[in-house]
Amino acid sequence: MAETMSPPKSRLLDGPRGSKPKSRFSRRNIFLYGTLLLVSVYYLLPLYVMVVTSLKGMPEIRLGNIFAPPVDITFEPWVKAWAEACTGINCDGLSRGFGNSIKILVPSVALSIAIASVNGYALANWKFKGSEVFFTILIIGAFIPYQTMIYPIVIMLREIKLMGSLWGLVLVHTVFGMPILTLLFRNYFTSLPEELFKAARVDGAGFWGIYFRVMLPMSIPIFVVAMILQVTGIWNDFLFGVIYTKPETYPMTVQLNNIVNSVQGVKEYNVNMAATLLTGLVPLIIYFVSGKLFVRGIAAGAVKG
Amino acid sequence: MNMNANSVEVRDLDLHFGDVKVLQKLNIDIHEGEFLVLLGSSGCGKSTLLNCIAGLLDVTDGQIFIKGDNVTWAEPSDRGIGMVFQSYALYPQMTVEGNLSFGLKNARVPKAEIEKRVARAADVLQIEPLLKRKPGALSGGQRQRVAIGRALVRDVDVFLFDEPLSNLDAKLRTDLRVELKRLHQQLENTMIYVTHDQVEAMTLADRIAIMKGGKIMQLGTPDEIYNRPQNIYVAGFIGSPAMNMIEGQIQGAEFVADGLSLPLDGYEFIGAAPASQAAVIGIRPEHVLTGDAAASVAAKAEVEVQIVEKLGSDTLVHASLGTHNLRLRMDGLSAVKAGDRITVGFDTSRASLFDASSEARL
Amino acid sequence: MSHAENPRGAERSARRPRQLFRNLNAKFASLPMILTALVVFVGGTAWTVAHSFTKSRLLPKWDFVGFDQYERLWNSNRWMISVENLMIYGVCSLVLTMVLGFTLAALLDRKIRFESAFRTIFLYPFALSFIVTGLAWQWILNPDFGLQGVVRGWGWESFTFDPLNNPDIVIFGVLIAGLWQGTGFVMVIMLAGLRGIDEDIWKASRVDGIGVAKTYVRVIIPMMRPVFVTALVIIASGIIKLYDLVVAQTNGGPGISSEVPAKYVINYMFQAQNLGQGFAASTMMLLSVIIVLVPWAYLEFGGKKRG
Repeated sequence: MAETMSPPKSRLLDGPRGSKPKSRFSRRNIFLYGTLLLVSVYYLLPLYVMVVTSLKGMPEIRLGNIFAPPVDITFEPWVKAWAEACTGINCDGLSRGFGNSIKILVPSVALSIAIASVNGYALANWKFKGSEVFFTILIIGAFIPYQTMIYPIVIMLREIKLMGSLWGLVLVHTVFGMPILTLLFRNYFTSLPEELFKAARVDGAGFWGIYFRVMLPMSIPIFVVAMILQVTGIWNDFLFGVIYTKPETYPMTVQLNNIVNSVQGVKEYNVNMAATLLTGLVPLIIYFVSGKLFVRGIAAGAVKG
Repeated sequence: MNMNANSVEVRDLDLHFGDVKVLQKLNIDIHEGEFLVLLGSSGCGKSTLLNCIAGLLDVTDGQIFIKGDNVTWAEPSDRGIGMVFQSYALYPQMTVEGNLSFGLKNARVPKAEIEKRVARAADVLQIEPLLKRKPGALSGGQRQRVAIGRALVRDVDVFLFDEPLSNLDAKLRTDLRVELKRLHQQLENTMIYVTHDQVEAMTLADRIAIMKGGKIMQLGTPDEIYNRPQNIYVAGFIGSPAMNMIEGQIQGAEFVADGLSLPLDGYEFIGAAPASQAAVIGIRPEHVLTGDAAASVAAKAEVEVQIVEKLGSDTLVHASLGTHNLRLRMDGLSAVKAGDRITVGFDTSRASLFDASSEARL
Repeated sequence: MSHAENPRGAERSARRPRQLFRNLNAKFASLPMILTALVVFVGGTAWTVAHSFTKSRLLPKWDFVGFDQYERLWNSNRWMISVENLMIYGVCSLVLTMVLGFTLAALLDRKIRFESAFRTIFLYPFALSFIVTGLAWQWILNPDFGLQGVVRGWGWESFTFDPLNNPDIVIFGVLIAGLWQGTGFVMVIMLAGLRGIDEDIWKASRVDGIGVAKTYVRVIIPMMRPVFVTALVIIASGIIKLYDLVVAQTNGGPGISSEVPAKYVINYMFQAQNLGQGFAASTMMLLSVIIVLVPWAYLEFGGKKRG
């Protein structure tokens, strides 16, 4: 079969040597794609199971197997998870946690990015004596287990009367987001041509002028990366939420855990899965929409600068 | 001394990064309207010096005067300088017009005045059709014109250029070089120009400062630099192919190296001619004479041709003279080939003699 | 000197400005970083370490008791189980995420079609929180309705896979979920490392007639040493923080068989009202991070200075 495809001998006296390019169904490819597909199944299975479970009624769950698609699709569990599920004495569903999470998320993301970007800019372009030392401490601090800092922060928040409030948690997220974000921005601003900064100085722009008029407009992509990083990170946080807020201000992850792992009442697996999906929805949407930028964000911590 | 004739003065300038001394007790006077080129290989401190003059680097010690003002600690924008960078450094999100007017806006120049100056700069550099475009839509040459325009609108006395042509391809570089020369003749400002390209330096400069290790090795006109290098470093740095350097002895009125003795009748010593001294003689490839010209001089030697490089306009010949390698430049049509033995003559009146230990010109 | 006739502001620009006031804006802008680094990170950690030597219970008290808290800690069954669990989880998780992550990255690097689709699938769990991850796997590993139930339903009545209710293997149940969540991240780092390798290396190895597998083992992996080290450090420091996943999936159960140190700390600080124990346990966590970090920092940065 391959012989007929070769060029006429008159044009190439010696045919090409070596093995033919492999066909699409070579053993190598079957192995390669087979493995990848198999692994994909492992990765997709939990999402699939969650979705089908959340669309079934409880009787169907008790009878059937978790992999079977729902016979009677019902959105009842979703409604219940959102508006009726109970945590303790409150039975207004996950909607409250969602609201809390949004209220925590927006100021945390804005504040942490504003502070870290200016900070990274100062570190990249306006080094002063000791600036690198503080930055090194900050980066080392990122490796310290949160557990060793949690209680002193409780005391500090109490001192400034923010313990248990949303703003206290916003502050905590700003502090703990600072190492990675500062690193991200510092590396980005360092990668911009230094001559641009010099040109702006010759043009008479100062610290803030260069930041707002020259650097900021050039750095939209890195701000988006930082935003993705922070939105998913803060949304997914459990530890700080459970420690620094009170039940009325619990973020969604904490409330979700309380709903699903509550020991009272009959377990409603379909509602639980709907609630779990609801909580995972925000980061999932961000992930699927942002694509490469998400990857860039998480890789930012891994590349040294 | 009349200070007003000097546009930029650098006094005892020191710049250290930790233990590294980038500039050492550097002094230089740059005249009003002069085109001064700072030339040297990378790491010699030429860009650092320019950045110090611009105020973009804090000096460790010493003083900088521009137009008689001590500006050592003044902000870059207050020094009366304009600067053009190697990478053009145009603000990518602003239009050409925005780039040109950014500095003026920062200085709160009235709008009408900004428009006037931008229009004038655009006219001088012939970039009017580009004013509404963003830098991304411009070619390299156009970008560099805009960058020059940004310095132009500032209406300053001193222009600083940091390797402005290095990012352009060879053809454009030649064109813009001529244009820069024309611009200098038209504007008559002081221009300080950093480059590592000796052709740029020779063609543009009124004076060249050759730097090495944070010091100025020689400051002089292109002619002086080329024909009367003050030390071995400058002699070897300028000229392509490089000057032939032969180590030997001055004995009486002759330079003697193994198997070679060159009468020094026509050579102009700086001081008195030494009677006996270890020395190095430097002879440019074009001053190694061949054919009839060789026959007419007293200093002659026979060499063996090893490599012939045809350049079209000339022929570059690498030959061996005893243990020395000798580069010589011959006519483009020369038929000499590897293995030939030819007689060469040396024009010692145009040679350079250096003290073998201090490396300074004799 | 004739410089005296300077017209404008020469007095000021001639003198070296005070070091403190130079670059004032940058210093001001760095204030949050400086405060965070010094007050929260250094100060907070030092405070906790110092108070681990006190007998603080409900409230922090400066009653020095030496190593009492540590003695109690290491005599506590719950702490020993926590440490053991973390060791098992840590070693398995490190080895498996690295091996699987690299393998997946290498497969994706073989110029395949649909690469970005596969990458998207492998990475999406990383976007989810540990709480969501833990709850999803808690459901899948549910003995009655989950995987075990399904396989039994197919007719294999004796099939047993119930890690979440078996104290001996419960930590592996957590591990499955952890791997699902985190392997994609390692894959992304590895893929970035692989992409950073010069294409010419592959050409050279083809010219030299070295096989693909051999090229990976002998050429590519040694070249990617820094990537492996970075990944290792990031994963290791993540493992020590393991908390949410356990809380959601098993809440330490059955009994205390899936407890981990981070959970021990939080429980003692905020539920058992035994702050001293919490401080001592968290100081042990810090110590383990230092043990991981210091050799790495020495290799990474100490070597550079000498080179």
